[in-house]
Amino acid sequence: MRADIRVQLEDFDIAAEWAACRQRCGGECGAIVAFGGLVRDRFGDSAVQGLHLEHYPGMTEDSIRRIVDQAAERWRLLDVVVVHRVGYLAPPEQIVLVLAASGHRPDAFAACEFIMDYLKTDAVFWKKELREDGDAWIESTAGDRTRRESWGQETPAEGAST
Amino acid sequence: MTALTVRFFASLREAVGVGDLDIEVDPPTLVGLRSALATRLTPEQFHAIDMAEVCIAVNQAIAQRDTPLRAGDEVAFLPRVTGG
Repeated sequence: MRADIRVQLEDFDIAAEWAACRQRCGGECGAIVAFGGLVRDRFGDSAVQGLHLEHYPGMTEDSIRRIVDQAAERWRLLDVVVVHRVGYLAPPEQIVLVLAASGHRPDAFAACEFIMDYLKTDAVFWKKELREDGDAWIESTAGDRTRRESWGQETPAEGAST
Repeated sequence: MTALTVRFFASLREAVGVGDLDIEVDPPTLVGLRSALATRLTPEQFHAIDMAEVCIAVNQAIAQRDTPLRAGDEVAFLPRVTGG
């Protein structure tokens, strides 16, 4: 399986990523599932003016690679692309792209959803919401954690504390 | 004394006021680093980075309590990640 993982400030072009993925896979590929995540303009009842995403270059890419590797252990995949943006993003900008290519659609659908669910909880990003009532660093939601746990995997490694 | 670079991310960077600082520690352990930071930072800054949910990475790998530190290591203080 090929994996292309990028963390970048710039926007991405889903059509171009799709075409490149399709070209790399050749005739073996029967399905490419794409997920595009956008910045929403609301969080609960408050209006969101934008997001600021921070990452730890190197460690963040490694954390995404581990998620993709776990997906590759569970499903037959030909090619995976994850592009995640950082920096300041306003609604309704694109924030994340996941492409999962496989011989058949069940593996591509499942892997794309699995990778996205894990990105929401385990990838090394910190997100700050810029709201009218003040800026706030946010935590992954209970819904995100439940979705991740529904895949029945081990919990992330606990870190040391001073 | 062992010279390290310490990095703070997201809410911790805001609490401390800088993204990174150079510091010398003795002994070269996370406990030694904790003492050095307690001296270097204000009580409020130190409290922010000393909370239980803060993760520590040494050279980009999550550290354990007994992870040894060497000169030039990068020790990062990470708030709980919030995902993409």
